Amino acid sequence: MAFVGAPFCNWLASTSVSQVIQTTKWIIPTLQTIHILAIAALFSSAILFDLRLWGVVERDLPLKDIARRFFPVIWFALPVLLTSGAFLIVGEPKRALLNTTFYLKMALLACAILVTLGLQWSLSAAPDFWDRDRRRKNAGLFAATVSIMAWSGVLIAGRWIAYTD
Amino acid sequence: MLQDLIAFVEHGTLGELVRENDLLFPFIESVHVLAVCLVVGSIAVVDLRLLGFASVDRPVGRLMRSILPITVGAFGLAVAAGSLLFISHASKYLENRFFIAKITLIALAGVNMAVFHLIGARNLDQWENDALPPLFARVAGGLSLFLWVSVVACGRWIGFTMPPV
Repeated sequence: MAFVGAPFCNWLASTSVSQVIQTTKWIIPTLQTIHILAIAALFSSAILFDLRLWGVVERDLPLKDIARRFFPVIWFALPVLLTSGAFLIVGEPKRALLNTTFYLKMALLACAILVTLGLQWSLSAAPDFWDRDRRRKNAGLFAATVSIMAWSGVLIAGRWIAYTD
Repeated sequence: MLQDLIAFVEHGTLGELVRENDLLFPFIESVHVLAVCLVVGSIAVVDLRLLGFASVDRPVGRLMRSILPITVGAFGLAVAAGSLLFISHASKYLENRFFIAKITLIALAGVNMAVFHLIGARNLDQWENDALPPLFARVAGGLSLFLWVSVVACGRWIGFTMPPV
């Protein structure tokens, strides 16, 4: 399953930007390094927030403080990821655009972003959104688990792009 | 003697299993990348605090006690997964200069951390509330950040410099 065809990939690969990326050996590993470092920042921020929702880390701080510290990192890292990812696609269009795993990764990314937006929105609506009663606390544990699974899924799917077509 | 040992692990049951199974290698690699992201991202939280760039209203000691167990757990997972990847192609990895550099940099990050915790952090209670920690703490934080970023870069470069399997 792919949303674009081989002709589009061939055209993309023939552009001058793609040619430079393809012929300069250090560009792709450099882009991948930037990509992974941005993932490290985003993923760890998301996981640390989720672990706070689980009650594992930084328990002496209100959830709202954790959100204020870590959500900006997520929204800063995301455009870095999209930009470095876009250049990686331009450099090797067929590796991603004709790969089913790439579309799975994008679907998981959309889920992860929605879950993260939902978590952030819930706290700006009410700082004690997830602390009010037993049911809310359990819902918080569930939401954190979904977030961890979604972001982990994005990472794992990203690695599998290299092994699938 | 050492070469015999390397040949032994590489051609042992476990090394063979990781090498020959089409799903096992990418699966372990996914776990490795996920764990490394968590190591780098979580240690960066502490490093940026030591540099006085982030979480400045958090006492350093409390932040470290909260975050570093995550870092240590993720590091253990990264080493376990990394070891499995290593034994599958042990002799090839040992011939790769980026692999050697990566292991050296991890060792240096360990030394930096040990020096900071054993010597530097002895009078932690005197400065842990300062938004801008003393120079030695900032140096330790900056060094750690630099070393881990380099570890990620070397890790990515290994994939581009290993001879085809």
